[in-house]
Amino acid sequence: MTFWDQIDYAYPEIFLALAAMGLLILGVFIGDKGSREIGFGAVGILIIATFLTGFNGSADRVSIFDGAFAIDSYAVFAKCALYLGAIFAILLSDRFLVREKLQRFEYSILILLAVLGMSIMVSATDLIAMYLGIELQSLALYIMAAFNRDSRRSTEAGMKYFVLGALSSGLLLYGASLVYGFSGATNFAAIAEGAAAGGNNIGLIFGLVFMVSALAFKVSAAPFHMWTPDVYEGAPTPVTTFFASVPKVAGMVLFARFLVEAFPSILDQWQGVIALMAAASMAVGAYSAMQQTNIKRLMAYSSIGHMGFVLMAVAAGNNEGVSAMLIYMTIYLVMTLGTFALILSMRRPEGMSEKIEDLSGLSKSDPARAFMFTVLFFSLAGIPPLAGFFAKFFVFLAAVNAGLLWLAIFGVLMSAVSAYYYLRVIYFIWFKEPVASFEKQTGAAISVTAWSSTLFMVLGLITLIGPLRLLAEKAASVLF
Amino acid sequence: METAVETSMDIALGHYLVVAAILFAIGVAGIFLNRKNLIVILMSIELMLLAVNINFVAFSQFLGDLTGQVFAFMILTVAAAEAAIGLAILVTFFRNRGDISVDDASAMKN
Repeated sequence: MTFWDQIDYAYPEIFLALAAMGLLILGVFIGDKGSREIGFGAVGILIIATFLTGFNGSADRVSIFDGAFAIDSYAVFAKCALYLGAIFAILLSDRFLVREKLQRFEYSILILLAVLGMSIMVSATDLIAMYLGIELQSLALYIMAAFNRDSRRSTEAGMKYFVLGALSSGLLLYGASLVYGFSGATNFAAIAEGAAAGGNNIGLIFGLVFMVSALAFKVSAAPFHMWTPDVYEGAPTPVTTFFASVPKVAGMVLFARFLVEAFPSILDQWQGVIALMAAASMAVGAYSAMQQTNIKRLMAYSSIGHMGFVLMAVAAGNNEGVSAMLIYMTIYLVMTLGTFALILSMRRPEGMSEKIEDLSGLSKSDPARAFMFTVLFFSLAGIPPLAGFFAKFFVFLAAVNAGLLWLAIFGVLMSAVSAYYYLRVIYFIWFKEPVASFEKQTGAAISVTAWSSTLFMVLGLITLIGPLRLLAEKAASVLF
Repeated sequence: METAVETSMDIALGHYLVVAAILFAIGVAGIFLNRKNLIVILMSIELMLLAVNINFVAFSQFLGDLTGQVFAFMILTVAAAEAAIGLAILVTFFRNRGDISVDDASAMKN
C-alpha cells in the first residue's frame, strides 16, 4: 500500500483534526458569543466523522502506518460509540453553559480534540501511537476539568486530575520502555512474538504491570481510582457527564486490545492481576458509595464499580469476554448519559442542586422525571429485565466460562451490595416528603436524551440486545 | 557500538537502567512526599519523563533499533505540552486561593 492509500483509511481522524483546528481559528475570530454555533458545528463534524468511520468499517482488518494503526470492526464499533456519545455530551452541555455563564467556544473544540485522541487510542496497535492517543485525550480532559476557572472546586479538580494523570502517564511510559527493551519492539504484534519467544521474562512482566496500572488509572479502576470522586464532584456537571461516559469506553477498549494483542502468550500472568483489580473496583464502588450525599460523587463510585464489572470481562481474555466488554460499555454509555441528563435537569431557580436529598419526593412534584430516574437507577443496579441486567449477565457468563467462578460469585455479591445505594436514591424519590421542586423547563436535549436512554433500558431486551450482541461479537472476533 | 573501547570500566545497559530507575523513583517520591509546593510536583513529573527517556535511549542503543529514540522524541514533545497545560492550571488554581501548597487542595472531602 502506498502512503496515499493508507491515508484513505485514516480519514475520520484526519478530518476530525483538521475540522477541530478550523473551528478553533473560527472561534478566535468570532469569540465567545459564537460558542453555541461552534458547539453545533462540532456536533455536525462528529456526525460526519461517524459516517466516515462507518464507510471504512467493511474491511476485516487494515493495518496502516507500519502497523501502528489498525482499522478493524473492533475499532469501528468503538469509534461509532465514542462519536455518538460525544455528540450527546455536547448537546447536553449547551443549556448548562448558558445558564452558568460558562460559554466559551473552546469547550466543544476540547471535546473534539479529546475524541480525536480517543479515536487514536482505540485504533492504536503500537506503543507510540497508543501513548500519543492517550496524551491527546488526557491533555484536553485536564483543561476541561478546570473549565470553570473562577471556581475553587473546578480548578482544584483540574489540578488533581493533572497531577495524578501525569503520574499515570509516567508509569505508562516507564512500563512501555521496559516492554520495548525486553521484547525489542513497540508494535503489539511484534511484542507478542517477543513475549512468546522470551517466555516468562521478568523485565517484560515488570513493564506490563506498570502499563496495566497506568491504564487502570485511565479507566478509574481500584486501586487507582483516588482521583475519580474529587474530579467528578469538582468539574462542572456537563464535563463530568463527558468524563463518566466517553473516555471510559476508549480506555477500556484500548485496555482490552493492549492485553489481548500484545500479551496473549502470558495470559496467565495478567489474568490474575486484572481479576484482582476487578474485584477491588467492585468492592470500592459498592461500599464507598453508600455514605455519599452528593449525586456526582455517588456516580463517581458507581462508575468505579461498573469498571470492575467490565474488567471482569477483560480478565476472561477471550472472544466471549471482549464481546461482553463491548456490550457492557455500550449499555453503560447510554445509561450514564441518560442519568447525567437527569442530573443536569436538577435545577432550582437559585442554582444547580447536587444533593441526593434534593430529590426527595420527586415522584409527587414531577412523576415523569421520577419514572426516568427510577428506570435508569434500576438499570445501573442491574435489575432485570432492564438492559443493565443483560450487560452484567454477559460479563458473568464470560467470567464463568473462562474459569473465573470466584470472581463471578464475588461480582454477584457486590452487585447486590451496590443495589443498596441505588435503591436509596429511589427511596428518596418515592417515599420522602417533597422539597422545593425543580424547574420544569429542561430543554430539548436533556429530555430527549433522558427519554431515549430510559427507552433503551426498557426495550433493550427485545430490540437491541440481539443486534448489539451480533455487532460486539463480530468486533471482538478480529482480536483473536 | 563498533568504536567502543574495551576498558575495565565499561558502562553497560544495566548501569543506564539503574540510573533511570533511581531518577524515576525520585520523581515518584517527589510527588507523594512533597506537601508544600505544587511546582515541585511539576518538576517531579518532568524528572519521571526524563528518566523514561534514558531508558528508551539506552534500550535503543542496546537493541540497535531506532524506534526507542523516536519514542524519546515523542515524549519530549508531549512533555513540553504537558508542562504548559500544568502551569496554566496552576495559574488558575493560584488565582482562586492565593496559595499553591498541596495541603491546601482540599475543597472536596468525603
